[in-house]
Amino acid sequence: MLTELANTLERLDPSQKFYWLISAIALLLLIASTVGWMLKRRLLAKQNPSEKSQKVINNLISRVNAWWVMVVILVIAFLAGKLGTIVLFGFISYFALREFLTLTPTRSGDHRTLSLAFFLLIPLHYYLIYTDWYGLFSILIPVYAFLLMPCISALAQDTEYFLERAAKIQWGVMVAIYCISHAPALLLLPIANYAGQNTLLLFYFLLIVQLSDVLQYVFGILFGKTKVAPIVSPNKTLEGLIGGGLSAVLVGAGLWWITPFTPLQSAGMAAIIVVMGFLGGLVMSAVKRSLGAKDWGSIIEGHGGMLDRMDSVSFSAPIFFHLVRYFFTP
Amino acid sequence: MLTHVTRLVMIGLVRLLIGANPRWVDAAPNLSQSIYFTNHTSHLDTWALWVALPAQIRAKTRPVAAKDYWSKGLIKRFIALKILNAVLIDREVSRHADPLAPLIEALDAGDSLIIFPEGTRKAQAEPSDFKGGLYHLAEAFPQVKLIPVYLDTLHRSMPKGSILPVPIICTVRFGAAVSLQQQERKKEFLARARSAVLRLI
Repeated sequence: MLTELANTLERLDPSQKFYWLISAIALLLLIASTVGWMLKRRLLAKQNPSEKSQKVINNLISRVNAWWVMVVILVIAFLAGKLGTIVLFGFISYFALREFLTLTPTRSGDHRTLSLAFFLLIPLHYYLIYTDWYGLFSILIPVYAFLLMPCISALAQDTEYFLERAAKIQWGVMVAIYCISHAPALLLLPIANYAGQNTLLLFYFLLIVQLSDVLQYVFGILFGKTKVAPIVSPNKTLEGLIGGGLSAVLVGAGLWWITPFTPLQSAGMAAIIVVMGFLGGLVMSAVKRSLGAKDWGSIIEGHGGMLDRMDSVSFSAPIFFHLVRYFFTP
Repeated sequence: MLTHVTRLVMIGLVRLLIGANPRWVDAAPNLSQSIYFTNHTSHLDTWALWVALPAQIRAKTRPVAAKDYWSKGLIKRFIALKILNAVLIDREVSRHADPLAPLIEALDAGDSLIIFPEGTRKAQAEPSDFKGGLYHLAEAFPQVKLIPVYLDTLHRSMPKGSILPVPIICTVRFGAAVSLQQQERKKEFLARARSAVLRLI
């Protein structure tokens, strides 16, 4: 019975798999919206609802609403094909870098460097994904940009805090452009026996990262007691990490049929995505706090900034990309 | 039609570039006739403030801009006169004409204004001393609300002399209205107006 179901799922053609996934996600969001609505109604029926639970529920509702918008945008980009997906991620990098630099002190000597990072580096880097030029894609930022950016800043002749400025700009470019771009770069991998299905792998990756974030948050609210890193990120709890992480791994294993992996490999990949995503959230939270902010921005209602949503993606995407590339491409 | 579409496109571009998110500090958006005065650090200032205003208020608010810059060339003229509906003033002070005359005319007609009391762009986070125009307008139009505004990041987005901008999110902070006190001297009033902007930093 189970093997029969498994075989049927595996035999579906890619576009059928895609629509099954979207339907499943829409169903999940529908459930989430209904739960939010019911919680709100129950709270309003109470005599004097506490301010804290009101805040949690309102935040939950705006988070779910933002998820609807994000899923719709993502699906439209996927349907628009490779170019649509790459343009979408180009804009995600743009907004992420804009948030990073808004909080990072730079000086007028960096002006030209920063303009070029936004208007030359982002399009060029994403163009390389579009043309499947893996070699230059992998070194454009770590070799060329990291060497040339400080050159442009140095020519502006401002030595005040030069090393700090150069380092911060490199970090921003690394996280916002290079790391995030490894998610859409999954589209350029020539995976064995998987031609024409790379969008599904990107979908799988994004689903696991974001589901892991969401489930860690939900498990944290329901059962959270032990804080993992109270100073860096007070919302992260051990119970949330274990409960949310394990559920995300289970979902990952159950989604093997949209990937080039076996169920066991799929669980392992999901586990790596979960761990790296968790660590990414932690590191980016530490960076954010060292810059004196609580949220990266306010572009996504209820979530904060683009980087608040992409922090886990930025750390897990490059590792996932390279594991797939090493083990699953000829 | 063309004006309308161009206006929407410009608003979209400004949001894409610098966000221009409004934040009303100790104040709420108000439809009554107002003069918004703010620090001046870049060519993006007018755009940021104009985009940050709620649409209804934006429709009746006119930025004040330099005639010598904005009346050169068809596109600039189109943007200044049709898109922004700007009030153009002479920066060269002439002995015969009152430089504030176009502003007074606009205020008489019931429009709101966006002005930069420092006069020219400064490459710094804190505004420098205000010129007298704001005082004369406050004196002549006591019923008009004077609203201090602070633009926080535009000296980083497009400092004087730069060609390309850098996308950095600008938060446009609106403060509580300032009004001219009875028998308040020009210098005191201008210092108080400036400190109302500084308080928003």
